[in-house]
Amino acid sequence: MSERRYTEDHEWIDLDGEIGTVGITDFAQEQLGEVVFVEVPDVGKVVAQGDETAVVESVKAASELYAPVTGEVVEANTALADTPDLVNSDPEGDAWFYKIKLSDKDEFDALMDADAYKAHTEA
Amino acid sequence: MRDNRLAFAEQEESEEFIRRHIGPGPDEQAQMLKALGYESLGALIDAAVPARIRVKEPLDLPPAQTESAVLQKLRQYANTNTVNRTLIGMGYYGTRVPAVIQRNILENPAWYTAYTPYQPEISQGRLEMLLNFQTMIGDLTGLDIANASLLDEGTAAAEAMAFCHKASKNKGSVFFVSKNCHPQTIDILQTRAAPAGLTVVVGDENDALPEDAFAILLQYPDTNGAVHDYAGIVEKAHAQGALAVVAADLLALTHLTPPGEFGADVAIGTSQRFGVPLGFGGPHAAYFATKDEYKRSIPGRIVGVSVDKNGDPAYRLALQTREQHIRREKATSNICTAQVLLAVMAAAYACYHGPDGLTKIGRRVHRRTAILAQGLRELGYTIAHDNFFDTIIVQTDDWTGSVTEAARIEGVNLRIFDNRVGISLDETCTRELVERLWAMMAFDSMKELTYEAVADRTPDAIPAKLERSSDFLTHPAFNSYHSETEMLRYLRRLADKDVALDRSMIPLGSCTMKLNATTEMIPVTWAAFSDIHPFAPRDQAEGYHLMIAELEHMLAEITGYAAVSLQPNAGSQGEYAGLLVISAYHASRGEGHRNICLIPSSAHGTNPASAAMAGMKVVVVKCDDDGNVDMADLKAKVEQHSANLAALMVTYPSTHGVFEETITEICDLIHKHGGQVYMDGANLNAMVGVCKPGQFGSDVSHLNLHKTFCIPHGGGGPGVGPIGVGAHLAPFLPGHRNMHAQETAIGPVSAAPYGSAGILPISWSYIELMGANGLKQATEVAILSANYLAHRLEEHFPVLYKGKNGLVAHECIIDLRPLKDETGVTVDDVAKRLMDYGFHAPTMSFPVPGTLMIEPTESEPLAELERFCAAMIAIRQEIRDIEDGKLSRDESPLAHAPHTAGDLMADDWDRKYSRAQGAFPVDSLRSNKYWPPVARIDQAYGDKHLICSCPPIEAYQDAAE
Repeated sequence: MSERRYTEDHEWIDLDGEIGTVGITDFAQEQLGEVVFVEVPDVGKVVAQGDETAVVESVKAASELYAPVTGEVVEANTALADTPDLVNSDPEGDAWFYKIKLSDKDEFDALMDADAYKAHTEA
Repeated sequence: MRDNRLAFAEQEESEEFIRRHIGPGPDEQAQMLKALGYESLGALIDAAVPARIRVKEPLDLPPAQTESAVLQKLRQYANTNTVNRTLIGMGYYGTRVPAVIQRNILENPAWYTAYTPYQPEISQGRLEMLLNFQTMIGDLTGLDIANASLLDEGTAAAEAMAFCHKASKNKGSVFFVSKNCHPQTIDILQTRAAPAGLTVVVGDENDALPEDAFAILLQYPDTNGAVHDYAGIVEKAHAQGALAVVAADLLALTHLTPPGEFGADVAIGTSQRFGVPLGFGGPHAAYFATKDEYKRSIPGRIVGVSVDKNGDPAYRLALQTREQHIRREKATSNICTAQVLLAVMAAAYACYHGPDGLTKIGRRVHRRTAILAQGLRELGYTIAHDNFFDTIIVQTDDWTGSVTEAARIEGVNLRIFDNRVGISLDETCTRELVERLWAMMAFDSMKELTYEAVADRTPDAIPAKLERSSDFLTHPAFNSYHSETEMLRYLRRLADKDVALDRSMIPLGSCTMKLNATTEMIPVTWAAFSDIHPFAPRDQAEGYHLMIAELEHMLAEITGYAAVSLQPNAGSQGEYAGLLVISAYHASRGEGHRNICLIPSSAHGTNPASAAMAGMKVVVVKCDDDGNVDMADLKAKVEQHSANLAALMVTYPSTHGVFEETITEICDLIHKHGGQVYMDGANLNAMVGVCKPGQFGSDVSHLNLHKTFCIPHGGGGPGVGPIGVGAHLAPFLPGHRNMHAQETAIGPVSAAPYGSAGILPISWSYIELMGANGLKQATEVAILSANYLAHRLEEHFPVLYKGKNGLVAHECIIDLRPLKDETGVTVDDVAKRLMDYGFHAPTMSFPVPGTLMIEPTESEPLAELERFCAAMIAIRQEIRDIEDGKLSRDESPLAHAPHTAGDLMADDWDRKYSRAQGAFPVDSLRSNKYWPPVARIDQAYGDKHLICSCPPIEAYQDAAE
């Protein structure tokens, strides 16, 4: 059973054991509009919390995804490159960007839960 | 009595141009003032502009002059320039501008008065030519994708440096530059590297590359003309994880292996010698090409192919969200306006000559150079390199002085070194010139050289290994227009697709699309201005220097600054230069640590981008609900960063088009904390003759000569962005190796000492034509017209942001958000529907999303303002039909706009509005109709299926099927 947390930059991360799966929220995709391009990180890339790790571009904006936690990228959803529209249709499911092996679970615990994120988007 | 009458009559005549430039005549102005409830222009200005910033004295400029008098005066200046046979090279070459291109592009308002193609449906003509430009660059360099375009070769190299630093696998901070690159390029790289935290190492490219080099820059052929095989060097760079950039000459690439084929990752350079006049340094379009994998990091604008809503191919700017200024402080470049008109000319040159024609030109230039070298060898000279294309270095040793003197007498400019001379030939060089050069350098040699005889014994000087074998410019665009008749019609066909100022008002807020008077444009193509090399000896450019000095003086008087530099060749370039000047000033006072730049959230994106490039840390200041700087937040941030405060960047009148009352207070606050005020001059058209930024507290401003001072927008460039500075900053204005500058000067920001000098006569002429009085009137009428429009539209759309007395400055913002909430009609719908009325939309969603910002300028007559209002009001009625439930947004003409002839002529018409409503929503359109060539363009489709070169002709057939 995985646990989900959110960042202020509208990313979600599911934690399953020590592996986190990262994507952008439904709120984020709605703000972006039609997504036209996605760039996912190379497997093996080591990132610190807050580092730019992926790119998402829509007709309105080009944005970076910042690593929600420190760790090593262990899997990337390369299929997204060919189907960027998946980010619009299933942002919090099939359109995950990458999986990361966490170095410090405390970073995860400090992120927002669903209620806090909901409050954040309504603020 | 009689004398007085004569003086009055003469004054009236000399002020004739003022009423040609200013649209509304005296009666119309009175009518507009009456509608606003003011008795006179003076009363309106008193109410609109804060008293404390007003100037007391009129501008100290000469009175207005007639058009013929100004041309005559400028002709005298031009006559003191000397057009010599210039063989200096260094990236600037003689070229034959095809007359059909000179007259039908460079001198044609349909091309030069257009705006940047942000509204693609009404810009298909120049977008097509820009796509030709990109295809030409991609083909010639052997790389996958090119942009359109950059400012000059030197800054293109700097863009490549920033690009490579981001893209390279090697995370070092050294940019290795071959010592055989053009010296002005190396100078710009030095200027740009330091604030970015990078180091430029200049050296021999054959030596080992430093381990921490992230990229290497090579010149091809090199600055001395030598042609080297760089494949091994590129391979070694790649082995270290470094990228390879090649600055390549386009004409040479018709005969040399292109950079893409020997592994280069990036190619940059200038397209000047493809039919664009020298102009004492510019404007010219630079290019940037790279591999497909890096396409999303390319600086500058890229044209791409998409489809319109009918599925037909259509062009538009691609990947717009990647435009660096949108990334604000995270940007690695601030490039914005580029050199569209000149890129269009270069592409047209390639269409006109085609691959065979260009190959012949290249061949001719090379042969003449080889024959020249052979003859000089026979005269006893040593030629420095065996392999060259069009440039040779001649070892002249003890004869150098004599050769220099002989050249001077002959009226030939060579590139002079200590004991060598450089000679660069170009397409204008004839065999007679080669013989003249021999005669000039023969001295006491008894050898009789004849061209034919020497030619017979001259081998080519391009090594077989580097001879180009690949095809280029195979697309029909480069193989269909070789007769003048076809070329003429092609240019007409393209121009007819676009909306420019020669068709209708372009009410773009913050862009100041005013009249570009014909008289102002005429001197641009005088040979005495257009055919001067930027590095020609100073005594050959006397007229230029005179005109430049006067223009600097006039602009300083207008802005209230002590000194002006005309070097920056775009507004963003001016911002960057101004911030570097501020940094240099702080450093000179032992306060080099000051690096915080405060920028209001409403600022244009280039502000934070320029600040980031200048090595400053951006701190954003909030704006209040009225769009003004939030004083409480500003005070808090100034105090928090007091010790490190470098500058505040502020736009005035504000980006919201309002004269903020607090501006002097803001300036005082910044100065009190040791900072400098950078005032963005984009909105200077609201201030000329009324107030002076240099007097009410600003230390630096850039001016957009392509806005306030009549240089046409060229469809997206050229721009000129000079900076004015206070006396304390004057010692730090940009220098250049080819001009006198103080030792404290910052390095050059442009490749040429006076940037785009070739178009400065436009602004000089405008100021001379208008005089102090006319310039002030222009400002006043610009403010009058904006307020009149706001007044006329107010009962139909809410007008956002007003200053004191309910007045705006020179532009106004109308709010469409309430209508969107109610009906679903977007800003885009309104913009596209305006095309059916024959108008270019106002600025969309800047500075506030969901709004339109309208700037009429002083040049639009009342009738045109009314025509625009009628269109806006008719559109409001179309929206009301949706509000009233007569039809839905999706069924309305707004959703289907713009309407092509094809849409309206379709056999089936099942829309809820009539064909006539689609095409002629107001009656006046029946006698004067612009037909949009494509329907609304699908932006997302083009960004998902990125194509940035001319698609094969079958693609058009497929789309049509």
